[in-house]
Amino acid sequence: MPHVDKTPVNTGEMLQNVVAWPIRILFKLLDYPISAIQRLIGIRRMPWLFLLPNLAFFGMFVIVPLFMNFAYSLTGGTELFLRDRPLTGTEQYGFLFDCENYADPVSCREDRFWKGIFNTSVFIFFQVSFMVLFSLITALVLNREIRARGFWRAVFFFPVLLSPVVVALIWKWILLRDGILNAFLISIGLDRILFFVSPEWAMFWAVFVSIWAHMGFYTLILLAGLQAIQPDLYEAAEMDGTSKERVFFRITLPLLWPNMLVVIVLALIKGVQVFDEVYVLTGGGPGTATQFIVQYIYNTAFTNQVQNFGLASAASMVLGVVLFVLTLTQLAATRRRDNG
Amino acid sequence: MVDATQSPRSVGALLGARRGRGKLHWTDVFTYGYLGFGLFLMFAPVVWLVLSSFKTPAGLQEFPPTFLPLGQITAEVEGYDEPLLLFDVTMEDGTVQQLAQVRRIGIMAQMVDPENPGERLQIPIAAREPVREMRMAWENYRDPLERFNFMRYLWNSVIVTFSATMVTLLINSMAAYGLSIYEFRGRNAIMLFVIGTLMIPITVILVPVYLVVTNLGMINSLWAVILPGAATPTGVFLLRQYMLTIPRDLIEAARMDKASEWQIYWRVVMPLAMPAVAVLAIFSIMWRWNEFLWPLIVLNRSEVYTLQVGLNAFQGELDVQWHYILAMTVVTLIPVVIVFAFLQRFITTGIASSGMK
Repeated sequence: MPHVDKTPVNTGEMLQNVVAWPIRILFKLLDYPISAIQRLIGIRRMPWLFLLPNLAFFGMFVIVPLFMNFAYSLTGGTELFLRDRPLTGTEQYGFLFDCENYADPVSCREDRFWKGIFNTSVFIFFQVSFMVLFSLITALVLNREIRARGFWRAVFFFPVLLSPVVVALIWKWILLRDGILNAFLISIGLDRILFFVSPEWAMFWAVFVSIWAHMGFYTLILLAGLQAIQPDLYEAAEMDGTSKERVFFRITLPLLWPNMLVVIVLALIKGVQVFDEVYVLTGGGPGTATQFIVQYIYNTAFTNQVQNFGLASAASMVLGVVLFVLTLTQLAATRRRDNG
Repeated sequence: MVDATQSPRSVGALLGARRGRGKLHWTDVFTYGYLGFGLFLMFAPVVWLVLSSFKTPAGLQEFPPTFLPLGQITAEVEGYDEPLLLFDVTMEDGTVQQLAQVRRIGIMAQMVDPENPGERLQIPIAAREPVREMRMAWENYRDPLERFNFMRYLWNSVIVTFSATMVTLLINSMAAYGLSIYEFRGRNAIMLFVIGTLMIPITVILVPVYLVVTNLGMINSLWAVILPGAATPTGVFLLRQYMLTIPRDLIEAARMDKASEWQIYWRVVMPLAMPAVAVLAIFSIMWRWNEFLWPLIVLNRSEVYTLQVGLNAFQGELDVQWHYILAMTVVTLIPVVIVFAFLQRFITTGIASSGMK
């Protein structure tokens, strides 16, 4: 549960002081009109006043768009404004789901959509399983009695803070035709590989770079879970002379499982929405080999010659349903973890 | 404790850093192997980026690449206006001599000895090696900031990050205050609604939010990036959980002293909630500085690009100028490194305790 009991470090306090004084004046000035409103509406209605700005933002940029998105998906044409768009009913959905064989993207009328779903599924399968595996190994390693644990934790964590564009450019520079990885391959007597020309390699690196960038986040959650396991359990096991393997499978893993579940579902939610790093790294290529569902929506609505907002919205609704189910699972998993 | 200098078993204890136990388990070896490999895999790409960013375009073209940024040494030679490139030349008799190149014709090069500029020598180009020293190409950093719009992108990113974080902190803390300090009908429903918005990330509502932003006349203005993401459900949730722990007596006492609700919010509750506010501030700064997809959609003119969008546009150009891209990638990286260096413990505690990023 979000409970932060560490006070900010000194640098944080210093920053606060620099920013603080104009804010103090602003808040003081706001006191007059807001106190006047309080006298007018009474203290019992005050919570609504405090909620108003945030709820207005939610309404304007989340709730209204959600309903509009559904409305968009029922219209056709290329106009942006809803009133100019002809109503087409479920035609967009029909178009998206018009397939002879759902297992074969090429047989679908909108094959790019199915290719996107297919690619995203492949990506999620490998990315989530390997990310959870490596996060678990890293968390286990960091949980041992190692020297300078803070330093090692930072080593695995810092890519989480890098922007996706930076991450993609760092790796693109390494993987280029004349990049250092190819130089290494040639120096050990192998052939040069054109990583962004081969669909399999492009997918491999999309998965790899994404794990590299996000692993630290999941490691932290698992590490927190490991550190919450009662040490006396391990002491008791040691007294009984239990082997380390047995301790791992009988104590660590079962007690960590609720955290693992949270990590898996969180990784799935992020994985379904993969776009940034891969878009900069491969541009979706070669061809459509690494084009994912979010990029399909982005291209359909904003970059294609014909801006097909209706089709993009219909695809968004499909993505939304998947995310809805995943988020419910996440909330259930978090609840189970926190309530034991 | 085993005496580390005498017992042969204690070498293992030392390596495994498992104080007080002698046996070296395979997991101890694995631990340090894994950490070493992790250090390389996580840091080497960034080190390589920084080293490469100081290379000249010619240096970047080289294959196989050199580790350090190197530049060829030139020499002023009497009788020549331009400085000449220096080479180590293996002469026919096997000795190595340092010569300056006048010009290259096919596979032969005309060279002179800087000490004795009168005599010209014909040298096959295979017999010479450039003389080089470490040289930092600072112009990779200077040029894009001066000639291209990068200073503008940097500034836009700073404005977006700063204002969006301020708006987020204000409206999220107000909402959290309303949801934690008061008991009122509908409170749980509102809380559920806030958590519900977690399920609707921007990727699901790209088109309609684009329409809303267009209707508000904000396309190609920084407001289009600042406002839509300002009300974060995670922020409200984080702050509310923290504010719930503030003792009610404090608030009652303030009311006795005739403080207005607004005063209680910013003079009593906000100072007490500072640790949580700081966590949210750091998160918000990270989110905004790194944001990519949404700015990519709403910012279509170069003057309003943020760093991330500008960097992406630059790398997508036909004639990719990697020396500039690498340098600007390093510039984009620096604020994050600074934040991380100072607030690392704070960020990791925040993530570990809230389970979000």
